[in-house]
Amino acid sequence: MTRHNFKAAIISAAVVIALTGLLMGVRLSQSGGGLIVTGAGPDVYWKIAAAALFMFLFNLFRDQLDGLWRALPGIPKSPAGLTAVTEKPVVRRLFWCFLIAAALIWPFYADRGGTDLATLVLIYIMLGLGLNIVVGLAGLLDLGYVGFYAVGAYTYALLAMYFDIGFWPGLFAAGAMAALFGFLLGFPVLRLRGDYLAIVTLGFGEIIRILLNNMTWLTSGPNGIGGIPKPTLFGLEFSRRASDGMQTFHEFFGIEYSSVHRVMFLYFLALVLVLITLYVINRLLRMPVGRAWEALREDEIACRSLGINPTAVKLNAFTIGATFAGFAGCFFAARQGFISPESFTFIESAIILAIVVLGGMGSQVGVILAAIIMTLLPEVARQFDEYRMLLFGLLMVLMMIWRPQGLLPMKRPHLELRT
Amino acid sequence: MSAIQPLLDVSSLTMRFGGLLAVDGVELKIMPQQIVSMIGPNGAGKTTVFNCLTGFYKPSAGRILFRGEDIQGLPGFKVARRGMVRTFQHVRLFKEMSVVENLLVAQHHNMNTSMLAGLFKTRAFRRSENEAMERAAYWLERVNLLEFANRKANTLAYGQQRRLEIARCMVTQPTLLMLDEPAAGLNPRETEDLKELIAELRNTHKLTILLIEHDMKLVMSISDRIVVINQGCPLAEGTPEEIRQNPDVIKAYLGET
Amino acid sequence: MPDSLYYFVQQLLNGLTVGSTYALIAIGYTMVYGIIGMINFAHGEVYMIGSYIAFISIAALAMFGIEFLPLMIIGTFIISMIVTSAYGYSIERVAYRPLRGGNRLIPLISAIGMSIFLQNLVRLAQGSRDIAMPNLIPGGINIGPPEGFSATLSYMQMIIFAVTLISMTLLTLFITRSRMGRACRACAEDLKMTNLLGINTNGIIALTFVIGAALAAVAGVLLGMYYGVVNPYIGFMAGLKAFTAAVLGGIGSIPGAVLGGLLLGVTEAMTAGYFSSEYKDVVAFSLLILVLLFRPSGILGRPEVEKV
Repeated sequence: MTRHNFKAAIISAAVVIALTGLLMGVRLSQSGGGLIVTGAGPDVYWKIAAAALFMFLFNLFRDQLDGLWRALPGIPKSPAGLTAVTEKPVVRRLFWCFLIAAALIWPFYADRGGTDLATLVLIYIMLGLGLNIVVGLAGLLDLGYVGFYAVGAYTYALLAMYFDIGFWPGLFAAGAMAALFGFLLGFPVLRLRGDYLAIVTLGFGEIIRILLNNMTWLTSGPNGIGGIPKPTLFGLEFSRRASDGMQTFHEFFGIEYSSVHRVMFLYFLALVLVLITLYVINRLLRMPVGRAWEALREDEIACRSLGINPTAVKLNAFTIGATFAGFAGCFFAARQGFISPESFTFIESAIILAIVVLGGMGSQVGVILAAIIMTLLPEVARQFDEYRMLLFGLLMVLMMIWRPQGLLPMKRPHLELRT
Repeated sequence: MSAIQPLLDVSSLTMRFGGLLAVDGVELKIMPQQIVSMIGPNGAGKTTVFNCLTGFYKPSAGRILFRGEDIQGLPGFKVARRGMVRTFQHVRLFKEMSVVENLLVAQHHNMNTSMLAGLFKTRAFRRSENEAMERAAYWLERVNLLEFANRKANTLAYGQQRRLEIARCMVTQPTLLMLDEPAAGLNPRETEDLKELIAELRNTHKLTILLIEHDMKLVMSISDRIVVINQGCPLAEGTPEEIRQNPDVIKAYLGET
Repeated sequence: MPDSLYYFVQQLLNGLTVGSTYALIAIGYTMVYGIIGMINFAHGEVYMIGSYIAFISIAALAMFGIEFLPLMIIGTFIISMIVTSAYGYSIERVAYRPLRGGNRLIPLISAIGMSIFLQNLVRLAQGSRDIAMPNLIPGGINIGPPEGFSATLSYMQMIIFAVTLISMTLLTLFITRSRMGRACRACAEDLKMTNLLGINTNGIIALTFVIGAALAAVAGVLLGMYYGVVNPYIGFMAGLKAFTAAVLGGIGSIPGAVLGGLLLGVTEAMTAGYFSSEYKDVVAFSLLILVLLFRPSGILGRPEVEKV
């Protein structure tokens, strides 16, 4: 316990009080025309005091704590057993089969709410996988991913509203439109350095949201668009009564109408979309473009010297990522039946990014796991809902410090030369 | 294109960084299948010349004709696609990728397969993958790295990494190979191997080679012509014999080492 | 005809007012970027916290019976700067220092996390609703004829110009004249070398964050009093705008940040005045994208030479 430590301890306790004393210890409110402040109450004071005391003691006994920390048996950097197992192709295949089987059986066991929630998870998985192509595989930090999601959702909603376009053509239109936006944005900006790119894409996401909010004549602005038609199964509707010239699912199969059918159908539809996404990503990883992404992450200058056009290769990732966001957006619009610019704020981008980062950039199992965690956590712990975003932020910081490679770091399939 | 036309014809190449004149009026003529060395003291601007030629820097002035076509101002990847490929002073491999993957990445733009072909694993896609693999295997064998094909690139020894870098250039099927200090850090044995490799590339693969090198023994024994650069300016140009006897060169360069 | 001229003058004054506060925030971005090459994404939240503390201290000082306006305002500036300095220091210590010297994207993601964390911390502590304050310094000078339309330069705007000017002068003096300032410049030039020469670079980096945070607090107090409203979400947009200003002027350059801030403020005011205020953010971001595309080093920045 040196004098130096004592000084540091005093300072850190003072900093804690400066940080929290006014901002948390005092509550600002309005009365009449003026402002008043009131104390936040003894429980907050106790918390502040406890935090200050903790920081004081922590810094005071820092050297001793460091010694203890070092004496502890080292925590393995990654779950070693898990990594070793997941590397075996047989185990991998079995694992995927199990996962898909579980996903297929799920709606038959879960209730309506459970299936609905699982559909939401699937949407986030799709968004996570899509952004994963851009961030994890190509190494481009895209903070405006939600912009493409919005483009997809609004493309379908507007086409349905103005031209009576159904879900399936709408899905393709949404994907194509998002891809077009990705291409148009990516073409000029992908030359930029990584962190500039991040800010530009963030600006792009905001521009999209502001435009959707203000182009009232087209999008009805903040009021959003309602009555977006639900998907159909080969022309069969999932409603009680068919609209003109259509047939319903329950009539066609001669079973009784149940609203659960539609929920299940939406779930399976989302599942199919996710499986397609997974397939595409797995192919991409084994294609020249997948190798080029990794090479580009490692050494852009060497890539250029070998005749690879970095912008074109990045543009591939950017456009493909955007396309999946477009698909997800279209599905989201169809599922909700109503969309407004509110669903496409920066926070949504940050959540999707958090899924990618938490899962381990580039890792598909990781993204699936993280999407499940991120979506279920606030549902399971309703009382913590208030704290959800706070914990999100904290988690992102802590992940970067302790495990920047994520829960399950990516293992790229390596091509072997057989001789 | 007539036979006597130079493959690479550089005239009054100048590169200015702010107030610093790094390269000033460099001239360079390389005939097909020649081995030309560029020598000069450290900081003479040799690597800057390389960077200008390969499109990493935009030269402030001058004219670069490659196979009779203007290439100054083209981005690096376009220069490379025209058949002018280089290595780097400090090895720049894709370290986390395997040796053979390094060679597959290098063939990226030669593989004429569309996105859809790859997604559906069509026959054309598999054929192009196989061809790339075969070319990679061929060059790995040439540089004696076949047994390490599936190892991560950064697990190779330094000399092996240098050879892998050359193999990686070769799978792009270049006409002009530019080597930036290929013998730096190699032991005499490895330097000897390198010399044989360079000679073989020229003789059996009809390659033209431009190298920057400090190893005088190597330079004198394999070069057809030598260009000497001092403080960004061309100092002398000629056959190894002429250079050996040039008083300016002896004063500026050989005399000091 | 003169009406339209006064209208223009009014927009210009409004633009310069907001622009000077952008400049104050932008300096935080530009100094941090100049030294460690990272975008401190959480900087906008520091400004937001500065604004909250301003509201809290004005209310608290009034409750303690300090009604004398200059004293109240000076007190508010001091309290707010102290608290945000603590935030600037802690953010760097907790979220950025452990990550130094790795992939560029990792500190950026950490910064985004920090920004979300701070925004929600304030939301939980102070609620998410707008809190409004009466105008403490009403009135101003009319420019133009007494009848018809005339431009107004409010006293509040005059204070904003004066405080910005004073802050900039002090900062310039500090950077150019003091020992610490010289160390700061050395770090911006070459961090590793400065460290080798025995200068505590960690201390200098922390100082940079503190200075940036204190200037953000100045902006927070000024804009808080100017607009009279605060909520936990103002930091995001203000931060983005200030970053745009920093890039516009040339990131890493302090005069550039000032120039960029004023330019952005005026552009926004003109868009709002002559086109539509809804689209002023769109114009600001489009400006950012255009600048990055055509002059990534900004108006006063030095272009980067790629090391091959």
